[in-house]
Amino acid sequence: MTALSTKPTDMETSSIDTKSIESKYKMIAENVTVSYDGIDAVKNVTMKFKEKSVTALIGPSGCGKTTFLRCLNRMHDMTKNAKVTGKVMIDDIDLYSKDIDPIYHRRKVGMVFQKPNPFPTMSIFDNVTAGLRLNGVRDKRILDEIVEDSLKMAYLWDEVKNDLKKSAIELSGGQQQRLCIARALAIQPEVLLMDEPASALDPIATQKIEETITELKKDYAIIIVTHNMQQAIRVSDYTGFMYLGDLIEFRETKKLFTDPKDELTAKYVQGHFG
Amino acid sequence: MNKTNLGLKKRRIISDKIFKIGATVAGTYVLVIVVLIAFQLISESYPVWEEEGLSFITGTDWNAVEGRESFGALPYILGTLTTSAIAMAIGVPLSIGIAMFISDAPAKIGGPLGFLVELLAAVPSVIYGLWGLFVFRIYFRDWIETPLHNAFGDNIWLFSGNPYGLDIITASIILAIMIIPTVSAVSREIMKAVPQQQKEAAYMLGATKWEMFKLAIFPYSKTGLIGASILGLGRAVGETMAVTMLIGNATGIGAIPSSLFGPSQTMSSIIANEFVEASPASLHMPALIGIGLILLLIAIVINVIAHLLVTRMLKIKEGAINN
Amino acid sequence: MNSIQNRRQEYRSLFKQNVAKRLLVDKIVRIIVFSCVIIAIIPLGSILVEVFKNGITAISIEFLTETPGSAGSGEGGIGPAIQGTLIIIGLSSLIGVPIGVMSGIFLSEYGDNKLARSVRFFNDVFMEFPSIILGIFAFLIIVLVLGHFSVWAGAFALSLIMFPIVARTTEESLKMVPITYREAGTALGLTKWIITFRIIISAAKSGMITGILLSVSRIGGETAPLIMTILGSSQFFSSMDTPMDALPLRIWRLSLLPYDSAQLQGWGAALVLIIIILGINLGVRYYFSNKKNLFFGKLIKQRRNTIK
Repeated sequence: MTALSTKPTDMETSSIDTKSIESKYKMIAENVTVSYDGIDAVKNVTMKFKEKSVTALIGPSGCGKTTFLRCLNRMHDMTKNAKVTGKVMIDDIDLYSKDIDPIYHRRKVGMVFQKPNPFPTMSIFDNVTAGLRLNGVRDKRILDEIVEDSLKMAYLWDEVKNDLKKSAIELSGGQQQRLCIARALAIQPEVLLMDEPASALDPIATQKIEETITELKKDYAIIIVTHNMQQAIRVSDYTGFMYLGDLIEFRETKKLFTDPKDELTAKYVQGHFG
Repeated sequence: MNKTNLGLKKRRIISDKIFKIGATVAGTYVLVIVVLIAFQLISESYPVWEEEGLSFITGTDWNAVEGRESFGALPYILGTLTTSAIAMAIGVPLSIGIAMFISDAPAKIGGPLGFLVELLAAVPSVIYGLWGLFVFRIYFRDWIETPLHNAFGDNIWLFSGNPYGLDIITASIILAIMIIPTVSAVSREIMKAVPQQQKEAAYMLGATKWEMFKLAIFPYSKTGLIGASILGLGRAVGETMAVTMLIGNATGIGAIPSSLFGPSQTMSSIIANEFVEASPASLHMPALIGIGLILLLIAIVINVIAHLLVTRMLKIKEGAINN
Repeated sequence: MNSIQNRRQEYRSLFKQNVAKRLLVDKIVRIIVFSCVIIAIIPLGSILVEVFKNGITAISIEFLTETPGSAGSGEGGIGPAIQGTLIIIGLSSLIGVPIGVMSGIFLSEYGDNKLARSVRFFNDVFMEFPSIILGIFAFLIIVLVLGHFSVWAGAFALSLIMFPIVARTTEESLKMVPITYREAGTALGLTKWIITFRIIISAAKSGMITGILLSVSRIGGETAPLIMTILGSSQFFSSMDTPMDALPLRIWRLSLLPYDSAQLQGWGAALVLIIIILGINLGVRYYFSNKKNLFFGKLIKQRRNTIK
C-alpha cells in the first residue's frame, strides 16, 4: 500500500471541491481532531455541509468516519478518554464553544444509530415524543400532531397509525429504525446524522430507509456514514472519503466515483481494498 | 501397545475416576448439608409445633416458666419485618444514589469512593453493634429522639415510646447502613448493564444526565434494581448481632413493634439472646428452633426472588431489541 | 417547501425555554447523589475513628495477653479471645477450604450437567442462610450429641459459612484459565488430578487465594454461630471439648456489662478485631493489585456481590 498522496493544504488545488458552492452551509466542521489516549482517530478534518443535501462519508473500517460523525453532535462527551478539538458550527454557532450550553444546541442535530435502539419499555407514541417531553411540550393535541408528522416523514405512519400504543420492540427491525428516525425528527432538528442506518436491515427495509432519506433531504442537511458505496451513489449529493483518520477527498458524489482525483480514492472505489 | 503403556493408561483412568468421584462428593456436600439442616430444624422444633400448632406463628406469648410454657413467634416475625422494611426504606434510596454517582463519576473519584463503600461490608456486625450502642445511639437519642418525643410524643404514635435509644429505629438505621454495600454494588452492575445505545439515544435527544437516567437507565433496569433491593432485604432479615445489641430485648407482647422509639425483638435477636439459657428438655429451645425455621424459610424465599430478578435482568442485556 | 420550514419553526417555538431549569434540576440531582455517598461514608469514618480513638487507650501488653479480670474491675485482658479467634479461624479453614476448593473444582471441571446446576443453585441459596441458623445446626448435631460445648462445633459452623464462598471463587478462578491448558495436559497424557492441581490451580492461584483470604476475614468477625457452639470463656484454650473465647464473643459480652471499664475493654477488643480483619482485606487487595493480575480484578467485582 503506497503512502498517502500529499495532504491537501490549499483548498483550491486540493481534492476537496469547495467551488460551485452557492447555497448556504448548514454545518461546518473545522479542524476537527479526535484522539483516544493520545492516538488520533480523526486528524484535522474540515468539511462543510450544505442545507437540504445528503453527504455520504465512506472509507474502510477504522478510517474514522463514524468517529467524525459523532463529533457533529458532541456524542463524544459520553466517551471517557476521548479528546475533541476543533469547531463544529451550526448556523454560526460553534457547538464546542465554551460559552454556549450544548444541551440547547445538540437538539438541533438528530442522530440515527447503526442498530435500531428505540426505548424498549415505551410505546411507539412515547418513543417519538420522548424528546418533545424533555423540551416541555405537553399539549396532547400538539404531541399528536408532531407524532403524525414525524412518522409520516419517516414513512412509518401508515404502518403503525392504528396502534401507536404498541410497544416499540414489537416492530420489525426496519420499522424500529424508521421509528428511530421519527424520534430524531420529532425534535425538529436542522441536521440529521445517520451512522450506517441500514447496515443491520434486510434489502427491502434498506430500500425504504433510502427512500426516506431522499425525501428528507428536501428539508434537512443529512450526513450519512456508509460502508456501502452503491448506497452512497444512490442517495448522496456529496461524498467524503476518509482513510486512517484523514479526509482524502470530498466532492460531488458523481464526480468522486467516476473521476476521483486522488489515487487512494480511486483504489477504494474500485474495490481494491475494503 | 506394550504392557507398561497399558498399565499406565489403566492407572490414569482409575486415577481420573477417583478424582471425579472426590470432586462430585465435595460438590454434593452442600446438598447434603441443606437437607440435614432442614431436617434438623424441623425435627428439633417439632415439640413446639405439636404443642402450639400453627398458632405458634400467630401467638404472642413468651412464657418459659415450667408448667405454664407458652410460646408465640409473631412479635419477632413482626420485629424482623419492621426493622428490615425500615432499613430498606432508608438504605435502598441511598444505595441507588450511590450507584448513580459512582457509575457516572470518573474512575479517579469513583474508584476510591466505591472502595470505601465496600469497606463498609468488611466491618463485622458486632462492631456495628458496639458503635451503634455507644456512639450513634447517644447522639441519635439526644439530638433526634428526645426532641421528637417531647414535641410529638403524645400525638404521633410513631414517637410515643420512651426515647432511650435501644429501639426499632436505631436498630433499623444501623441495618440500613449495613445493607448499603450490597445493594449499591448490585445496583451498579445492573445500571452498567444498560446498553450504551440506549444512553446514546437519550443523549442525542438533548437529555441532561438526570434525564438520561430517567429515559434510558431506570426503565430498562427497573426489574434488576428491585432485585437488588430485595437482596438487601434478605441481608437485613438475616442480620443478627448489630440488631441484637440495639433492639432493646423485649419479649412477648411487649416486643410487638408499636413505636419507633419502643423496644422490640427480631427472630435472630431472640435466638441470640436466649438460646444458651434455654433448656433443651423444655419447650423453650424447640420454640427458638422453630423461630429459626421460620426465619430460614423467609430468608430463602426472599433471596431466591431477589436472585431471579437480578439474574434475569443481567441476562437480558441486549435481548430487548431484536431484529 | 416554505410551509414545511414554517411548520418546523412553529413547532420549535413550542419548545419551552426550559434548558436553564433542566440544568438546575440536573445539578440538584448531582448534589443529592453525592450526598448519598457522603452519608454512607460518614458512619464508616466514625466507626474507624471511634474504634481507634477509644480502643487505643485500652491496648497494652497485659491487655493483649492476660485473661479477663472480674467484671467491671478494669483489669485483665482479652488474651483468650485473641487466641480463640486465631484457633477458630485456623480450624474452620482446615475444614472449609478443602471442601470449598474441591467443590469449586467440581463446578468448574465437571460442571456441565444437571447435578452441577443444582449444586450451583443450592450453593447460592446456602450462602444466604442466616449465620445464626448455622450455629443452631452445629449445636444440634455436635453440642447436643456430645453433651457439651465444643470447639469443633464452632469450627464446623464457621466452615459452613466459608465453603460456599470458597467454592464460588475457586470456580470462577478456574474458569478463567484458558481451556488450552487442560488440552495441553491431556495431550501429554497426564491424569486429571495432576492437570488440575499442578497446572490449572497454579494459574488460578491468585484468584483462589484471594477468595480464601476474603472468606477468612469474613468468618473472623462472625459472632452468632459461636454463641451456642463455643459459648465463650474467660480462660485460655484448654481442650476441644470445653468452651472457648473469641474476639467477637468477648466484644458482645463486654458490651452487655454496665461498667465503663468493660466498655473500654470492648473498644480495645474491637480495635484488635478490626485490625485483623481490615488487615487481611486490604492486604489481599494491595498484594494482588500490585501484581496486576487479570483474574483478580474480575474476581473482586464478583466478590463484592457475594461476600456479606
